Amino acid sequence: MSEPSLYKDRVRVYPRAVRGPARTFKWVVLAFCLTLYYALPWVRWTRGPGQPSQAVLLDIGHERFYFFDLEFWPQDIYYLTGALILGAVSLFLVTSLVGRAWCAYACPQTVWTDLFMLIERIVQGDRNERMRRDQGKTTLDKVWRKVVTHVAWLGIAFWTGGAWIMYYADAPTVTRDFWQGNAASQAYIFTFLFTASTYVLAGWAREQVCTYMCPWPRFQASMLDEHSLIVTYEGWRGEPRGHGKRTPEVVRKLGDCIDCRACVNVCPTGIDIRDGIQLECINCGLCIDACNEIMVKTGQPKWLVRWDTLAHQQARAAGKHDPFHLLRPRTLIYVTALVIGFVIMGVAMANRAQIDIAVQHDRAPLFVTVRDGSLRNGYTVKISNKTHEATDFAIGLKGLDGAAMAVAEEGEGRMPVLTLTVEPDSVGTYRVLVFGRPTKLIDGAQDLIFSARNTRSGETTSYTSVFMGPGARASR
Amino acid sequence: MPTKIEKDAFSGRDTTGHEWDGLKELNNPLPSWWFWTFVATVVWSIGFCIVYPSVPGISGYFGGIWGYSTRDAVTADVAALAAQRAQVLDKIKDVPIEKVRQDPTLMAVANTAGRIAFANNCQPCHGAGGEGRPGYPVLASDRWIWGGKLADLQQTITFGIRSGHAEARQSQMLRFGVDGVLKPEEIASAADYVMTLYGKAQPSPAAAKGQAIFAENCVACHGDSGEGKREVGGPSLKGAVHLYGDTREAVIAQITNPRMGVMPNWNARLDAATIKALALYVHALGGGEN
Repeated sequence: MSEPSLYKDRVRVYPRAVRGPARTFKWVVLAFCLTLYYALPWVRWTRGPGQPSQAVLLDIGHERFYFFDLEFWPQDIYYLTGALILGAVSLFLVTSLVGRAWCAYACPQTVWTDLFMLIERIVQGDRNERMRRDQGKTTLDKVWRKVVTHVAWLGIAFWTGGAWIMYYADAPTVTRDFWQGNAASQAYIFTFLFTASTYVLAGWAREQVCTYMCPWPRFQASMLDEHSLIVTYEGWRGEPRGHGKRTPEVVRKLGDCIDCRACVNVCPTGIDIRDGIQLECINCGLCIDACNEIMVKTGQPKWLVRWDTLAHQQARAAGKHDPFHLLRPRTLIYVTALVIGFVIMGVAMANRAQIDIAVQHDRAPLFVTVRDGSLRNGYTVKISNKTHEATDFAIGLKGLDGAAMAVAEEGEGRMPVLTLTVEPDSVGTYRVLVFGRPTKLIDGAQDLIFSARNTRSGETTSYTSVFMGPGARASR
Repeated sequence: MPTKIEKDAFSGRDTTGHEWDGLKELNNPLPSWWFWTFVATVVWSIGFCIVYPSVPGISGYFGGIWGYSTRDAVTADVAALAAQRAQVLDKIKDVPIEKVRQDPTLMAVANTAGRIAFANNCQPCHGAGGEGRPGYPVLASDRWIWGGKLADLQQTITFGIRSGHAEARQSQMLRFGVDGVLKPEEIASAADYVMTLYGKAQPSPAAAKGQAIFAENCVACHGDSGEGKREVGGPSLKGAVHLYGDTREAVIAQITNPRMGVMPNWNARLDAATIKALALYVHALGGGEN
């Protein structure tokens, strides 16, 4: 067993508390994200009688997704695709402009890890105290602090898991049912699942998730270039690093970095930013706050660690000035893709139909000859009424001379136009019989266009089906 | 026979003592977990043989002290299924058939039960969608020999056609050719006339001769102008739908030696509620009369 292990031993990270603009910004984003997540299901929205009153609701049982005034049906799944594409391109654009802003502030893994670290710090003290206690003997003091920490973590994790299910059912109802033991089994399963994953990922796994589990750090490098904003260490100014008060003699020998390791101690992923840009670095900038604190104390210029671009740093190291390059082919392509995506989505959303018709030709029999010698085909007609009122739809036919229709259950009687009623916010299914004498049959079939018109709004749509006669094959 | 158990120098294991031409076998016993699992299964099987059917005898078998039988299990399952279905079918059992049709909830029950019963019982002759086959009537069209109203369909399905049941639909066509009632040329003329009834042939001298033969022999059942008489089961000869074909050969063959289909009386196999559901389902296939 002398082979080297393929796995690096985990070095526990004990981040130190820090103050500064980056830390403040991180708190603000954290508070915003958590408030949004926990409170959003409780936001009420008036939609009218019989409709859910929750602003954001993914109602899987009834196959509806409500987002404020928007209501999506399963057929609208491509809007989700569009939203995901826009989200991805936005992420690419943000990354190429300002680096890993997502990882640093908004990613749920970052947000919940930060929250859990805050609790750890409140209960167990800051970095040095935690390290000392962890290395020391098991005392009552150590035990109760650990227990309180984990109970608090589990409480937050449970709250997080509980909030998750509220997006899938009416929040007040599901909360009451949950505690009364009447909620659906999925509610308990998913609450448990998200409680467990929150506790494990934010309490235990932390930076391991970013370094080993998440694919994003692995390929986000392809969005970055020398003009992207990243957290940099001004090596040309700081090196050679060394301890000691910066007297004129010392300044001749040493750079500005006094090698206090403040930047390392505050890092939530436990890296040394002075080694340059790294996979583990989430660009949160806490090291910037830490270094600035020290630089102020030692009376040196701030921003030895700073947000900057690699090109900028190189220019500054050489004593030159280099402006920021926001407009680069990479960013322009992302912006173009974003604009196109938003325009397509916007137009599609604005013209979203409130009506839909789908027609399925009967597979058996393909056609029937009736007494007067004409042919009859059977269809299953589904009309989607996305409005919130019961609506009459006028169904017409095109493409078949002398065509007439009847609803199968209603027996005899043929009409050129059928009026079918569909309940609000639902799909009406009718079996419709079409009679006709087809004259343009090719291989026993010809096109038949069903049109549907909302008799109140006048909105129309159509569906091209087929009318079959002698010679038809079931395989078409 | 094992001769001498010794320790193998290379692997450090005992040999079994077997030796073949200088080759010695190492003793590698089964892992103990494997061995004890095997023993446990043997023990388990003894209990299994006692409680479940196991040992065969000359004229039977030992049935096990639990008396389990797969046949009984199937019978119980079938009975349970019937009871389960009855819960649903009971909803339409005592409701008049017209009332069922007007109630969408009951109609949904009838449609589901009817669709299943149709697939299980009717499909072999009438086709999956009631499209019929040559000699087997189409149920999806609007042509009926015995009537297409709900009550007619219920009656036909319950008692059948020429099924032998006392209340079965009964009609019989004379074997005009085989029994020598008409001569072949008279039959041919009659066929020429019949074909004009549904527009497959133009009036002709032969058809005119046939009309006289028709008036003498056929109108009793098929009506004065071939419109059919449902009360006696005389099919309409007009219209575009024909049970045994509309060619001259088909008509001559039918007059000469008529085919007369048989449908069983389904009350012997299905309960009244299922038959009611079937009638409603067939009625909605497309040809139901009001």
